[in-house]
This record gives sequence, C-alpha cells and structure tokens, in this order.
Amino acid sequence: MEFRYTVNSFTYNFKDLKTLMAKASPYRTGDALAGICAETNEERVGAQFALSEVPLSLFLTEHLIPYESDEVTRLIVDSHDQNSFSSISHLTVGDFRNWLLLDTTNQEVLGQIKMGLTPEMVAAVSKIMRNQDLIAVAQKCGVISRFRTTVGQKGRLSIRLQPNHPTDSQSGILASTIDGLMYGCGDAVIGINPATDSPEVVSNLLKMLDEVREKLGIPTQSCVLSHITTTLNIIKDAPVDLVFQSIGGTEKTNSSFGVNLNILNEGYQAAMELKRGTVGQQVMYFETGQGSSLSANAHHEVDQQTCETRAYAVARKFNPFLVNSVVGFIGPEYLFDGKQIIRAALEDHFCAKLLGLPMGMDVCYTNHADADQDDMDNLMTLLGVAGCNFFMGVPGADDIMLNYQSTSFHDAMYMRKVLKKRPAPEFEAWLLAQGIINERGERNNLNSKHLLLNMHGK
Amino acid sequence: MENKLIQTDPSELLKTQTNARIGLGNVGGALPTQQTLSLKLDHARAKDAVFSPLNTELLADAFSKFDLPFFNLKSKAENKIEYLKRPDLGRKLDNNSLEVVEKNNEKTDIVLVITDGLSADAVNTQVINVLKQLIPEWSKKHKIALALVENGRVAIADEIGEHLGAKFTAIFIGERPGLSSPHSMGIYTTFHPKVGLTDESRNCISNIHSDGLSILQMVQILNYYKEESFRNEYSGFKLKLDLNLFEEQKNTPIIG
Repeated sequence: MEFRYTVNSFTYNFKDLKTLMAKASPYRTGDALAGICAETNEERVGAQFALSEVPLSLFLTEHLIPYESDEVTRLIVDSHDQNSFSSISHLTVGDFRNWLLLDTTNQEVLGQIKMGLTPEMVAAVSKIMRNQDLIAVAQKCGVISRFRTTVGQKGRLSIRLQPNHPTDSQSGILASTIDGLMYGCGDAVIGINPATDSPEVVSNLLKMLDEVREKLGIPTQSCVLSHITTTLNIIKDAPVDLVFQSIGGTEKTNSSFGVNLNILNEGYQAAMELKRGTVGQQVMYFETGQGSSLSANAHHEVDQQTCETRAYAVARKFNPFLVNSVVGFIGPEYLFDGKQIIRAALEDHFCAKLLGLPMGMDVCYTNHADADQDDMDNLMTLLGVAGCNFFMGVPGADDIMLNYQSTSFHDAMYMRKVLKKRPAPEFEAWLLAQGIINERGERNNLNSKHLLLNMHGK
Repeated sequence: MENKLIQTDPSELLKTQTNARIGLGNVGGALPTQQTLSLKLDHARAKDAVFSPLNTELLADAFSKFDLPFFNLKSKAENKIEYLKRPDLGRKLDNNSLEVVEKNNEKTDIVLVITDGLSADAVNTQVINVLKQLIPEWSKKHKIALALVENGRVAIADEIGEHLGAKFTAIFIGERPGLSSPHSMGIYTTFHPKVGLTDESRNCISNIHSDGLSILQMVQILNYYKEESFRNEYSGFKLKLDLNLFEEQKNTPIIG
C-alpha cells in the first residue's frame, strides 16, 4: 500500500508502511546507516503528517515483516486482543496521540487498551510525539512488578546494583556490592554481567550473591546476566532468582543472540517452577536496545526504533519482572550523540510502558559517542519524571568490565532526592532497619563494625 | 588532609578488592568535587584519544627502516566523524589506495596492517616497538609487507590482504578507549583474508597497554596464532588459545 503527502505542491511518495515509518522517524545515525531515513527534514515531517493519517487498524493487516517468515510477527498478530482494541479501533495514529494526551485517558483506561496495541502502533504514535508527550503519557502508565521487592509503584524508584568486575573476582564484586548497598542501591536486582559465560563462574557468582543476601537478610533478588542456555544448564544446582536474556524485535535478531521463543519459554517455565519469589513470581529479566537488529543484519529494512518496540512484544509474552533498554551502549553508528540517545531512551520507555512492561533504563554512553555526564544528568532526570521503574547503579558511573558509563550510586541518591522518590518498600524497610539511611532517605554514618562492612573473609 | 565537608565511606578495606570507583564519599549524596573532576578528566582523555590523529609521518619514517614493501593507504571514511557514523566506509579502501594495492605484483605471505581505529595514540605509542620485536623473527620465514591505513576498521585488512595475495594478515588497531585505559591497542589475525569475512574467522588479542597485556606477552600470543594459522590453514574460533602455554598470563583478559 502506497502513502503520499503534499507539502507546498510537492508530493512525497512512500512505497509502503515500513518505508513511511522509517522516514517518519526522528533522525538517528542507525537509520541513516541502513539507508532508510528521510532525505530531508521536510520529507521527515511530510512522512509524519502522512503517518498521522494512517488508521491504527491498518497495522493489523499490513505487516512490516511477513507473518510467514518471522515468529515475532506471528506472536504479535496471534496475541492481539480485539476486545481491548475496540474502543480505539476507529482512531488514526494522529488522533491516537490526541487521545493519549487527554486527561480522561488515565492509568485505568491505558491498562484496558494495552493488549489491543501492537508494537507497530505504539512505535508509530511515538514518532509524531514530542519528548514532553512521551514523558507525560509514560507517567500515566504505572506498571508494577513483584518478586522479593515491589518495583514501579508511584513515588518509588529502584536501582539495579551492577557490581561488574573484569575478571569476575568474587571479592571485587562483593566490594562493589557493599558500596552500592550503602547508597541504597539494589532494590531492582543485584545483577552482574559476567566476563565469561562459563557455567562454573556463573554458578559461583550466584552462590556468593545468594549467601550475601541471606546473611544480611536483604529483601531483593540477584541475577547473573549469562546466556539463557547457560542459566538453564545450572538452574537445578545454583540459586537462580531471575532468568536473564538479551532479546530483539525480529526472529533473525533473536537467532543472532542464540535464542528463539521456544528457548525463552523453556527458561521461563524452569524459573517459574523454582517459586523463589516472596511478594510475587515474575521471574524474567530482559535487555533490549535500538540498533541490535541492524547490527545483526536482521532488520528487514524496518527502522531501528520499530524493531526495538517489537522486542517488547517478545518480553511481554513472558510477564517479566524487569526490562530495560541499554540505550547508549550500542555506539554512535546507531545513536550518535546525547540528543539522539535522550530521544531514543524516552521513546523506548514510553513504548514499553504503553505496552504494559515494567520498564527501566540503562542511561549510558560509550566514549566514542558524542555524549557526557551532563547528557546523562538530563536523561535520568527526564526519565525519572516519566516514572521510569529503575536505573543502573554502577560504582562511580564507570563500568570497569563493560567499559562504558552508566548511572552511579550517587546518581541514585540525586534522583531520589530531587524527584522525591523512595526505594521499593520492602528494601526501604531493610535500609532503615540496618541504619543505612534515615527517614528522609539521607545516608547515615555507618559504624565500621556494621555487618555490611565485615562481609569479606567471612 | 581530611575534608570535613565530605561524608567518607567507611570502606578502605573494600577499595583494595577492586579497581571500580568505590568508597568515593559524598556531599549530600553527590560526588565530592575531587571525584567529579577526576571522572571528567578520564572521560576527556578517552574522548581525546578517539580523535587523536595517526602520526603518519613518524610511523612511515620508522617503517621505512624495515626495508619491506610499504603501502600508505586510506579508507573511504574521510574524517573521524564519518568514520564513527559509517563503519562500512572504514572497512573499504578509497579509490587511490585500491589502485595502489591492485597494481602490486610482488608476492607476499603476511601483511601487517597498522590503523588508528578508535585510539590512534594507542598505535602511535606502541606499534613501532611491537614491529621491532616481530619483524626480524618473522621475516626469516615469510615475505612481509606493511600497510598504514587512516580511518580503518578491522575488516579493511581483508581487502588489503586479498589484493596483495597474502596468506595471513595481522591488523594493529586502537581499541575503544576505556576510562582507565584510553590508549589500548588490539590485534586481529586472519588466515586467507578475503573481503566479506566476519569476526568468527579472526583471532583477537586485546588490552595491549601499559597496565594491560605487555608487548612481550602480546608477541608470544601473536606468534602462536601465526604458527597455528599456517599449520592448520585456518584462523578464528576453531583456533583455541591454549592458556597453559602462557601460564603467567592466565588472569589477563584474552579473547580467543
């Protein structure tokens, strides 16, 4: 199906829906690298006008990636709920934006339509929304998830403590973990990216974290972010709380990650059997990021933001506890600078929340991207206002294993302070009982005899 | 001297366990001035490393002393910004350079490709020393050529190697700078280079810098990859580095 739009007597033609979506995307280097972005600023806005006239219902029949050749498309189409869709089925993309911004479209209403939305509808509307729209609507979509803590309540902000070490040194990881706990981090998860995917290393790290958690009585969950097949290998013998996997929005992207829906389901079923949660049993942790499909040559000429949003359909199938995009990690050939990273992060958070996911964000950048700590300060503040469920907590913002900068323990203190947010309730109670923070969320001075400071060598 | 404005972290023991930035202290939850500026300085150095220029004059001069065929080349990426945005251009020679390598009739066994990558300074400061240790030994057995490339990515060695009819290439390239190691060099080796190969056909030695893998260690591993590639007539993931051969380096991160 062809689309066109006339600006000052010049008519732009868009040969199909995926071309229209790509041309309507706010500029980013990844779409330029793929050769699918608008050629001029005018063409981009022309495409946005044309996209705003597309009926939402068209996305149910015009598939950007064929149903026959992609299991993610089949998942999206087969799980679409016509009942939830009925109240908005008459809207165009442009009027969907108008409707989303109405005061009467509140959290309850948004909850009723979420299963009627496909990733493509959500990606489409995000392309014609300004940053403030993405923030305002995301803020209305509260999504709460539960395992040993409750993450995502209004007025709460959680942190994944990320104590990575370049050689997976247990004492090094423990040292960073303790430092992070002293700053009130770790209520989303204590999650290690292992330097190797060796089952033995992963297993030992899980045992170490579990021991620390038990000894200190911390109401939280741990995770070693190994490949899902590695986790499945050790799940019978190691204390696995959450099952992790990186996922993408096309079947080919996922196969480049060495997974498919069946393997994910296997991991999900295995973790559900463990019943290790206390306040809930949401057991999956997924990471995503714009550009992964292009990087795997698996994008089918679909723009990177739409590919990313399709990954949320994969995540949604497995009722995850945590999902986050690693937005600035992939590099400048996909997101060049602070401006592109900020825009992409707000899109990812909005799209995931609208689809009903407990979305967090790795607010981050690499040293070859044109971004710095000031850009990250802007982004974390914007996402905090938008109600982002969780952020990373990396010692001093410097991940010495993955070699990139994310948010720090100190950033967590900043966000909770200026946004008036508190840790997850179970974890907050623990922090208070341990005397780590006071009622105002400020840090207490810890006695050197405090159990937290005497974990090494015990 | 103790700064009374700063709430210190009672974790001196913890700091000995990791190079991560822990025990930084805080002022109202935020980073103390000294710490926030230190982070900024490390980031500034890393950014400067990305945009550092390849010292072609110095390198070409040093290379000429080896008395080997030498090619001074450029990729299709015209500047660093284009290089960052278009990795595909960094993998291809520009037209003039292509002509130069196409014209070559001399047979070569091994091409050593030197390129800036994401940290020219890593290469500017280390590669001459490396070549001085490598070339006298290798040239006893093999015909070697040298290529210096501006704005190159790893795969550009495939195009160069293929045109020069080489059996084996090693490309020396500046790695993405980390905050603690802005001048880190990596080496990728490929047997039977040809355009279109991907990373699973290569072996990699990374983290060559003053606090990482030493040049001596690196030369040992590179020798191993070269010998094994010629012996097996392949390179890449099938070629496993036997760490027992390098007992003292077990803790050094090595990507096989």
